[in-house]
Amino acid sequence: MSTLVIAEHNGIKLSNTVTQSISAAVTWGDTIDVLLVGDQLGLLSVEVSNIKGVRRVLKAEAPHLTSFIAEDISNIILSIAHQYDVILAAHSSFSLDFLPRAAAQLDVAMISDVLSIPDRNTYTRSIYAGSIQTTILSSNSKEVITIRASNFTHAELGNNAEIFNIDVPQETHCVKWLGETRIESELPELTSAKIVVSGGRSLGSADKFDSLLRPLANKLGAALGATRAAVDAGYAPNEIQIGQTGVTVAPELYIAVGISGAVQHTSGMKDSRVVVAINADPDAPIFQVSDYVLISDLFNVVPELVQTI
Amino acid sequence: MKALVAIKRVVDAHIQVSINSDGTALELEGLKTAVNPFDENALEEALRLKESGHITEILAVTIGTQSNVEILRHALAMGADRALLLETNLYLVPLAAAKLLKALVLEESPEIVLLGKKAIDDDAGQTGQMLAGLLGYPQATSISSLSIEGKDLIVKREIEGGTERLSLRSPAVVTADLRLNEPRFIKLPNLMKARKLPIEILSVKNFNIDTTPKLKTIFFKEPPKRRPSVVVNSVKELVEKLRANEGITL
Repeated sequence: MSTLVIAEHNGIKLSNTVTQSISAAVTWGDTIDVLLVGDQLGLLSVEVSNIKGVRRVLKAEAPHLTSFIAEDISNIILSIAHQYDVILAAHSSFSLDFLPRAAAQLDVAMISDVLSIPDRNTYTRSIYAGSIQTTILSSNSKEVITIRASNFTHAELGNNAEIFNIDVPQETHCVKWLGETRIESELPELTSAKIVVSGGRSLGSADKFDSLLRPLANKLGAALGATRAAVDAGYAPNEIQIGQTGVTVAPELYIAVGISGAVQHTSGMKDSRVVVAINADPDAPIFQVSDYVLISDLFNVVPELVQTI
Repeated sequence: MKALVAIKRVVDAHIQVSINSDGTALELEGLKTAVNPFDENALEEALRLKESGHITEILAVTIGTQSNVEILRHALAMGADRALLLETNLYLVPLAAAKLLKALVLEESPEIVLLGKKAIDDDAGQTGQMLAGLLGYPQATSISSLSIEGKDLIVKREIEGGTERLSLRSPAVVTADLRLNEPRFIKLPNLMKARKLPIEILSVKNFNIDTTPKLKTIFFKEPPKRRPSVVVNSVKELVEKLRANEGITL
């Protein structure tokens, strides 16, 4: 059995999820190749070749690949898919853009956001916003899956896998990349941060959201997150929304400040290792998915916490 | 431009679905259902583009049993011009749904196909991209804005850490994020009127597409429960417990 792992990166940095994807791929044995798509991938490919378990690093380099157009990435996958029994990536907005497209062109019933792989053709995943877990038996002859990276361990470093260049199919001209807006932040990236400080509508305003939570995040080296209610109220940008309609996080420590805990939010954070909830409402549903609960006024507690740590 | 909007019938987002006693199935009988929220955003966007003169006709399509007629009435009441049911009693995985939609797209020739970015029941997030792949059309997923300039669709899509803008040559497939718009409320007279409008029904059998599921769900269970929470009375106690019991460096 041979497996192709598609590595996520931003041109400079490899995503933390790559080593987790490789340890998930070990399920099918040690014939694991990793595909890197982009331009000028020299340093990144060396980094990948150092991950234990990797047989070969495949580089698809071209200037137009830096914008990660789904049609282009899908065509690259299709050009090498015949060599693999399993094609795998970490579940994210990156992989979910091109992988279903490639899966359909390969006539494969894809499996999204796999939580665990009890056996080679058996997977668990969750449905209904994480409220139910299912076990799926697959009779696919080839698998295309995305995994919930935080559920898998990181593959170790210390390897020297061969690095190959692969041919890049012709550029798709039906999609033009016009530009992007990224929030500039000195804080770590939300999906890979070890600690997340997250705020809800109880913060009351954009000013308070920022002035109260940012010092705490700075001190902890944490990423900032928000509920959909806080985003809709204009307290926080959409990019940091956690939950069913935003991103899913599973840090070591999740600090929920003034968050009531609707299932639409908790589905995006309940796999965090330790959850702390600070809320004045003793009946807040967030307490049901928390390990430590502090029933108190957040406007007093948060500054005190910044002082204490 | 003609638009095709694919909508899915799902259990209402506010209802907690339960599992049968031996964990072999979900108990969905009699639960309140609705249009999948993201699909409703897709339909709303098509309606707005029609109101601004960019779209001439909107065809709403769903796949499933006769019970799905209910959400097609909802689509007609919102303002869709036509409503079509691809009738089947089988549970379809996204790939099978995409194959059926492809056949319909080839027959109806819409210039723009809109779907939700995912369904809130299976949380797969695949159908739109699969449809685009099967048709060889350009795609944009999780869009939060859409405008039409001549033959091109200009979209903004939500990505991790920001947004990106793309221009797609039609015909194209786009999937809607909740942020795209706020779906309209349906006025009672429109709902009454929609009851009298025709619903087109095609049997999935007509399409000669293999819908045999390659994936079988063999077991359903509730996720593992978190340990009971500990109530702490002060910031000091909280920090001490995190350090001592959880090994967290603060």
